[in-house]
Amino acid sequence: MITIELPRVLAPFANSNSVVTVDESCQTVRDALAALGSRFPGVVDRVVDERGDVRTHVNVFLNEESIRFMDGLDTRVPEQSNLMIVAAVSGG
Amino acid sequence: MTSASTPTTTDSVCLLVGTMKGAFFLWSDDARENWRLDGPHFRGQSIYALAFDDRDGRSRTLAATQSMHWGSTVRSSDDFGRTWSDAERQNVRFPAESGLALNQIWQIRPGRKDEPGVLYCGVEPAALFESHDGGDYWSVVQGLLDHAHRTKWQPGGGGLCLHTILLDPANPDRMLIAISTGGVYRTEDGGKSWSARNHGVRAQFLPDKHPEFGQCVHKVVHHPSRPERIFLQNHWGLYRSDDWGDNWHDIANGVPSDFGFAMLMHPHDAETVFIVPLESDEFRCTPEAKLRVYRTRDAGTSWEPLSEGLPQADAYETVLRDGLSTDSMDEAGIYFGTRSGKVFGSNNDGSTWREVADGLPPVVCVRAVTVGASAPAA
Repeated sequence: MITIELPRVLAPFANSNSVVTVDESCQTVRDALAALGSRFPGVVDRVVDERGDVRTHVNVFLNEESIRFMDGLDTRVPEQSNLMIVAAVSGG
Repeated sequence: MTSASTPTTTDSVCLLVGTMKGAFFLWSDDARENWRLDGPHFRGQSIYALAFDDRDGRSRTLAATQSMHWGSTVRSSDDFGRTWSDAERQNVRFPAESGLALNQIWQIRPGRKDEPGVLYCGVEPAALFESHDGGDYWSVVQGLLDHAHRTKWQPGGGGLCLHTILLDPANPDRMLIAISTGGVYRTEDGGKSWSARNHGVRAQFLPDKHPEFGQCVHKVVHHPSRPERIFLQNHWGLYRSDDWGDNWHDIANGVPSDFGFAMLMHPHDAETVFIVPLESDEFRCTPEAKLRVYRTRDAGTSWEPLSEGLPQADAYETVLRDGLSTDSMDEAGIYFGTRSGKVFGSNNDGSTWREVADGLPPVVCVRAVTVGASAPAA
């Protein structure tokens, strides 16, 4: 099982849940987001763009480490992992 | 100006104001002298396109919202912003096989009156989307997406955007769009094929000053009573075409600068057009630090400055391509917003002006709506 924490602004697209669990077998972050998207496509629309890339000003953390500094969406996801989706600090 | 969250039964005109930090509504009565502010809607999001759809008995406001974090979408309200749609899926999306991702929605354009379910939007990267169900489902216009010129279009300062859509009111197969930078393109077959229509328009920034395409067209306008006559504000250059863009002729006669972004057609007079010249190129502020709207009443043969009521000293203002708008009252109201967060209005065809709002976030678009009886009771 993988736990995915959502920012408050995305909770309305996940039946008002700010924490979602994914029971499917997931090898990578990409798999986990695909599983999330199968249930809550409105969440994933806002996290990744049409090309499947994580949006520029969105960060995804795996157990408190940004996947940008790991293997991106191909980062391996161990069982019982925690994914956190957050809005990046963006100026202006 | 006072604050109010809902329109009243005496309201006749609503200014839909899109800013870098949300949308605002400004309401006034027939006199258009005193205004009430409502907003922000979509707090923190940039609103580059606003439209109003009154076809088929609707009173629908359409807004293109862009969250810095979560992407762009078209949202709608049938009660002047009391409630907004929020589709679960983001409704304007490139097909996966295109390899493109939506960055910004630059224009929302209701279709012709006899096709009340049709909407168009222009986006960045440059593409045209259409909806046939009032905006729930959008699809890309494949004929333009596949255009052979696409790989050579280049982004301007605002990105590579399709920002203007003109429809032939009589011919459902004819449409003209403008891309910065790409130029003007026209379809005669409902969007299946598109041809560049830039003959005579200068591209000062290219080695070939008159290429087939690649011009940085900032805005095009026309009047529905004479749709074949099109006016064009270029990145350097003011032009008019009398043949749906086949040929363009310079009309920069007596303006302090032929550079600018905004251009507006008068609602009742096909000879009258408004612009706000800017000093080019890097400065992009009003020439001589005077805020002046220029008006032609003879289709570009001559232009006159309109400055009464506008600041004429230390006014380093910028009005962007969709920052100029008009209502449809008999004596037309003309309105514009600035990057410094001011909104100015005229209730007499631009002859005199007054400040309508100040202190807003940078204004990127203004749409004036004559609502009349459409406004619900508070």
